[in-house]
Amino acid sequence: MAQSENEILDGIAELVNEETGLPKESVEMDKSFTDDLDIDSLSMTSIVVHAEEKFGVTIPDEDSKNLRTVRDVVAYIQQAQG
Amino acid sequence: MSEQTPRSAAAGTSGAVVVTGMGATTPLGGDVPSTWEAALAGRSGARPLTMPFVEELGLPVTFGGTLAVPATDVLPRHESKRLDPSAQYALIAGREAWAQAGAPEVEGERLGVVVATGIGGVTTLIGAYDVLRERGPRRVLPLTVPMLMPNGAAGALAIEFGAQAGAHSPASACASGAEAIAYAAEMIRTGRADVVIAGGTEAAILALPIAAFASMHALSLRNDTPETASRPYDVTRDGFVLAEGAGVVVLESEAHAAARGARVLGTVAGAGITSDAHHIAAPDPEGLGATRAMRLALQQAGAQPSDVVHVNAHATSTPVGDVAEAVALRAALGGATDGVAVSATKSMTGHLLGGAGSLEAIFCLKALEDGLAPPTINVTELDPQIDLDVVLDEPRKIPSGPDVVALNNAFGFGGHNAALAITGPRGGAA
Repeated sequence: MAQSENEILDGIAELVNEETGLPKESVEMDKSFTDDLDIDSLSMTSIVVHAEEKFGVTIPDEDSKNLRTVRDVVAYIQQAQG
Repeated sequence: MSEQTPRSAAAGTSGAVVVTGMGATTPLGGDVPSTWEAALAGRSGARPLTMPFVEELGLPVTFGGTLAVPATDVLPRHESKRLDPSAQYALIAGREAWAQAGAPEVEGERLGVVVATGIGGVTTLIGAYDVLRERGPRRVLPLTVPMLMPNGAAGALAIEFGAQAGAHSPASACASGAEAIAYAAEMIRTGRADVVIAGGTEAAILALPIAAFASMHALSLRNDTPETASRPYDVTRDGFVLAEGAGVVVLESEAHAAARGARVLGTVAGAGITSDAHHIAAPDPEGLGATRAMRLALQQAGAQPSDVVHVNAHATSTPVGDVAEAVALRAALGGATDGVAVSATKSMTGHLLGGAGSLEAIFCLKALEDGLAPPTINVTELDPQIDLDVVLDEPRKIPSGPDVVALNNAFGFGGHNAALAITGPRGGAA
């Protein structure tokens, strides 16, 4: 069952906060994980692993490497939950 | 003998390695002041373990020396998540030490780190294996390797403080913490660094280490009375109490400390490192390697046995080890042994494994600062094989200051022996 965009955004913001200590408010739709939030690839992989569990989806490596912005992840999860 | 440092170096001229900061998190307290206060008060840090695995697995030992202040109460979640508990403890102790040293301004290339551990990131390793088996390889997190590697704590501290002169993690089991301080002192003596953050850490109160140490008959089985289980030198001692924590010091060349007007807390005047080449787990019964380590430490300090006023013994509360060390100590100091106040602080802290040597070096520094040797608790009948003047029950006054020596012993499985000769600060006991 698909969650709303805002629910997913809040969930991602929580994961980013736990992983990096960045404030949840800094996790905005148009932010890039690497360029804007300065999250390294190991932390990004952790976030993806946790996101799979949290949202009950599978994000294969070939897809996750294309997820650049927060919006990309939210959209992917929403579609996967579809 | 040709490399013997003149006595004046120990007391502080050129070439001396001084201590300017100390930090710890232990079963007795979350920092050095609270830990030292509890040690002088003769309190035990051993307590029943509350983790579910203790009952689930029917472990033969159900208590240990867990931290008085959990690391997760100190560090924010995003930090504790990225570090194995052993690295977390080192970071907490390192920050305390660095702050006490006044956060010295030093170029990264002149700042080193030596943080040792006996076992490494075993919490992470075991946890990740459980995840792998229960939830599959995709759930194994990408930070698993940097968290489980035994140099993880050294790397974390190097990043925290910007140390670029080298980050090292000597692994010599329960001698690791003292060997780290010896190695750090050598980095300064040989000119590789001006300041080195050094110590040991351990976080191994887990089902597997408990079962494995118990399988060697190394652990005390006094499950009904954890606080009296660690009883070095007592006739009824039956093994050590597994504990966790870290002790970290900031070492500095005396010239560097003097130039910035740092307060000197004591001196690492000498260090001796030897190996038994006898047995992988049992100490040499005559303690020859341990004796040599103590002699080498005194020699480097330019000190005589009669300069030694206090020994913080390795004394873990095992039947064989305590006696072997006592024999070795008497051989090293000869007739001067009689006047030396010997303390076995593991009676209170339990055995921090890789964290033990550095925590006990800190105890030596505090003993020389306060002029007080900490007590050995839980001894109701001193083993007649222990021919030492053991400080029992209450702290004992000892001479303090830069002209007397405290010896710190740390020995490890593998036949590792480390001894540090420590002198106190000028001024001494108030």
